[in-house]
Amino acid sequence: MALPEIFTGLTTVIKNVFRRKDTVGYPEVRRLPFPRYKGRHILDRHPDGLEKCIGCELCAGVCPADAIRVVGAENTAEERFSPGERYAQIYQINYLRCIFCGLCVEACPTEALLMTTEYELSGSTREDLIYTKEQLIVDAPIIRHWDTKKELPPDINLKGTS
Amino acid sequence: MSKTFDRLVSGIDSDGHGAYVEEHDEESNSMVINMGPVHPSTHGVLRLLLELDGETVLRCEPIIGYLHTGMEKECEDQNWRGAVTIVTRMDYLAQFANEQVYSMAVEELLGIDLPPRAVAIRCMIAELNRLSSHLVWFGTTGLDMGAMSAMFYGFREREMILDFFEMVTGLRMNNGYIIPGGVWVDLPDGWDAALEAILDVMPKRLDEYEALLNENPIFLERTSGVGVLSRDDALALGATGPIARASGVDWDLRRDMPYEGYEGVTFAVPTATSGDVYGRYRVRMAEMRETLELIRHFADNMPEGDFKNMDPKLTPPPRSELNRSMEAVIHHFKLVTQGFTVPEGETYARVESPRGELGCYIVSDGGTSPYRCHVRDPSFVNLQALGPMAQGQLIADLIATIASTDPIMGGVDR
Repeated sequence: MALPEIFTGLTTVIKNVFRRKDTVGYPEVRRLPFPRYKGRHILDRHPDGLEKCIGCELCAGVCPADAIRVVGAENTAEERFSPGERYAQIYQINYLRCIFCGLCVEACPTEALLMTTEYELSGSTREDLIYTKEQLIVDAPIIRHWDTKKELPPDINLKGTS
Repeated sequence: MSKTFDRLVSGIDSDGHGAYVEEHDEESNSMVINMGPVHPSTHGVLRLLLELDGETVLRCEPIIGYLHTGMEKECEDQNWRGAVTIVTRMDYLAQFANEQVYSMAVEELLGIDLPPRAVAIRCMIAELNRLSSHLVWFGTTGLDMGAMSAMFYGFREREMILDFFEMVTGLRMNNGYIIPGGVWVDLPDGWDAALEAILDVMPKRLDEYEALLNENPIFLERTSGVGVLSRDDALALGATGPIARASGVDWDLRRDMPYEGYEGVTFAVPTATSGDVYGRYRVRMAEMRETLELIRHFADNMPEGDFKNMDPKLTPPPRSELNRSMEAVIHHFKLVTQGFTVPEGETYARVESPRGELGCYIVSDGGTSPYRCHVRDPSFVNLQALGPMAQGQLIADLIATIASTDPIMGGVDR
């Protein structure tokens, strides 16, 4: 019989039953992502309210997944969106294609395009997930479908427990 | 062997088209069945065409291609920098090994040197990747053998490593962190404390895993003497990594053909001679401990300095320069839209990935994107050893054999 070996294994299992639970009750409890986390994008503004995006299309050009569409237009004296000559008339990111590699953020020369740590992207149609400029601009509200009761620090699993 | 089997392997069924499900051969009294491509224990979309005599496997032929997405071809549409985001998706459990070998090949063609910090970061993160990959193997193997708790424990510890990846690279999988010329971004503040937590916990957890399975009679019954691959077969089939090492082939690229970062580093290469599933289990478990030592070595000797090659023709200028220097803006636009060029030539780079020799063969025509980017994936080569391993054993043991080969179908099909 091999009872001692089975007993050793069972000891391990029983020891683990009384350990701190590693799962969290998402979405009521969330582990926040690390600051570097590459999530949903935002388009930043200058302090005076003008958009930082100058419609240069570098982000669209560098995107390995062809997820970004930018159509630039000229600013006029009556309608001014950005400080320079050009602004992005159409700015769309298709989150069905985006692979969150962050090359667009690296490419942006004016730091207009940034990534948040928001990862909850869902929609009921394909069109829902093509985010337009109105949804991406920094002051557009971030929609959460469920209330969070408790937030855990990002490094909750990396604090020496044994 | 039966004619039916040959016909099915060649891809023609009795009606003359496509795959077929089951056939009974009257002449030889054997039965041909398909296992997979959607089978819970074939670890992805692996299809095995089996010829059975009762429950004994007479022949086993892996049929691949169900996950083929043309990633090697897609690399040719990207520039040299953008192709990193493609190669990282090939063997998705060893993403850093993929990025590393691709970057090494590109750097060799470019003829550039890396700052020592970049090399150390790369090696450290690739070794962590080996650990996380083996933990997935441990979990899924345990699950296949009926030890469900093994899966919980393996994935729990992997979570720590994925959290560390998230902390450093911003993503948990498919990171795109190692790029030609160095790494994407320097290590964040507090990385050493986080790593210390992993290195602190892991040895104790490995003890627990071994207490759970090493001497477990049920596990031994299912693994020892099962799926034996002889040393000669392993060499003839070109098997590498833990599979070859468990068959007595003492070969590890990190030690025998040291590449960047591994020169002068001493570490043990665990081997076994039994060549069965249990031997592969023991080799991988011992490798995890060795990997912990290597991670500690790279972390303790982390040099200061640049984290990537700062050649302005290769790396875009720092963002602060863009507001001041017109030249910087020009460089930035050129590198972002077009990318850097790589001199004409071809090269082959290799690293020891968690599954064996991972090679990358690159051809450049002097342009801004790869002319050809071929990846020699260890899963693909090791999968060919499945036939000899499975021959003559029971179909139930095939599950254990597949689990011990640890194939990643993303890497097999690319």
